[in-house]
Amino acid sequence: MAVSINVKVNGEAHQGSVESNQLLVYYIRESLGLTGTHIGCDTSSCGACTVLVNGKAVKSCTMLAAQADGTDITTIEGLADGNGLHPVQDAFWEKHGLQCGFCTPGMIITAVDLLDRNPDPSEHEIREALEGNLCRCTGYQNIVKAVQYAAQKIKC
Amino acid sequence: MIPAAFDYQRASSVDEAVTLLAESGGDAKILAGGHSLIPTLKLRLARPETLIDIGRIDELKGISEDGDTIVIGALTTHDDVASSDVVQAKAPNLAAAAAAIGDLQVRNCGTIGGALVHADPAADYPAAILADEAEIVVQGPNGSRTVPAADFFLDIFVTAVQEDELLTAVRIPARAPGTGSVYLKFPNPASGYAVVGCAANVTMDGGKCANVRVAFNGVSGVAFRDAGVEDAITGTSGDEAAIVAAAECAGNGQDCMSDTFASAEFRAHLAKVYAKRALTAAVKAAS
Repeated sequence: MAVSINVKVNGEAHQGSVESNQLLVYYIRESLGLTGTHIGCDTSSCGACTVLVNGKAVKSCTMLAAQADGTDITTIEGLADGNGLHPVQDAFWEKHGLQCGFCTPGMIITAVDLLDRNPDPSEHEIREALEGNLCRCTGYQNIVKAVQYAAQKIKC
Repeated sequence: MIPAAFDYQRASSVDEAVTLLAESGGDAKILAGGHSLIPTLKLRLARPETLIDIGRIDELKGISEDGDTIVIGALTTHDDVASSDVVQAKAPNLAAAAAAIGDLQVRNCGTIGGALVHADPAADYPAAILADEAEIVVQGPNGSRTVPAADFFLDIFVTAVQEDELLTAVRIPARAPGTGSVYLKFPNPASGYAVVGCAANVTMDGGKCANVRVAFNGVSGVAFRDAGVEDAITGTSGDEAAIVAAAECAGNGQDCMSDTFASAEFRAHLAKVYAKRALTAAVKAAS
């Protein structure tokens, strides 16, 4: 069944008609062409599909596009401000917080939510906050360092 | 994986949701946070004809106080329960249980009402709900009723909420001042679900353990209060010997679950370990 939705994505208003069983991640990737958000496990474990919905990190594979009606969504594409990378993106670059990059958009989005609610997290708090984001490449060490670096940069 | 097709309806009030449920003739599912339902739909373990999205019903959101009782709306997210000053102060075991659920993203979406109705045997709220002797408010075509926690969890994935009813709120009564209240769990290292989770409330009355409430989830198909442990420690000083002796009773008579990660024997053992840890922490927190 078709459902009409109005969503703001990365600051741009979109009006769309979605199938009731369409997941938000497919709307983002296929209807809007924003493929930085990834589909990894499809069982709500890996977090590669994480986006911000009204400022909170959400696994977009576990949400219907219909549920996003009226919300404000930020994907990885929406973090940089045109002139420069978002501090968290820059930190992942600086601290080599990625290898293949598949988990990276989700990691960055979750880190943005974390730093928004806890600007000075301990290492333990960072690791706990990232429990919903899985990485098969890095062993998480540089990801944690990237988030710590970002926290420092944002504070200054 | 994509859910099978369904009709999608939005309810803007509790009354409307109850009406839509009645009209659906039993083949509708309520959509709140969707973090148990949508994974189930994606695996096609369920194929409801209709989804009734209650996510925008504001009257179901939020935490308030009714005298000494905490009232938590069904749509309150796990993150909001965990970070609530009121819950942390007055029902710390519930805040701890909420904080232990899933991960940050799941806690941003999942709701206490949805989790309770789903009654996953490996969920984290049921033990705290039982230990706190909460009351669950449910609304149906004939109006509102209150179900005591002890009567709520009936069987694996089955609760006292009927097909035509909506869980609207959870009420947590006050406990005696100075009660130590904890929730500890052994998580499955991959999924994070509770292999065993133990909630314990202990009041120290003149140096003796009183008002002891100990409950488990994850151990068997249905969350339960452990009367054996409670009776064993009540009236004792709550010292290590008393705790060890009481913990030995944990899970007795329970039909422990078995899966690829943990055998029934391991769960039975973990019940004793976590009874000991939870009692130790609760006695220590009791002041």
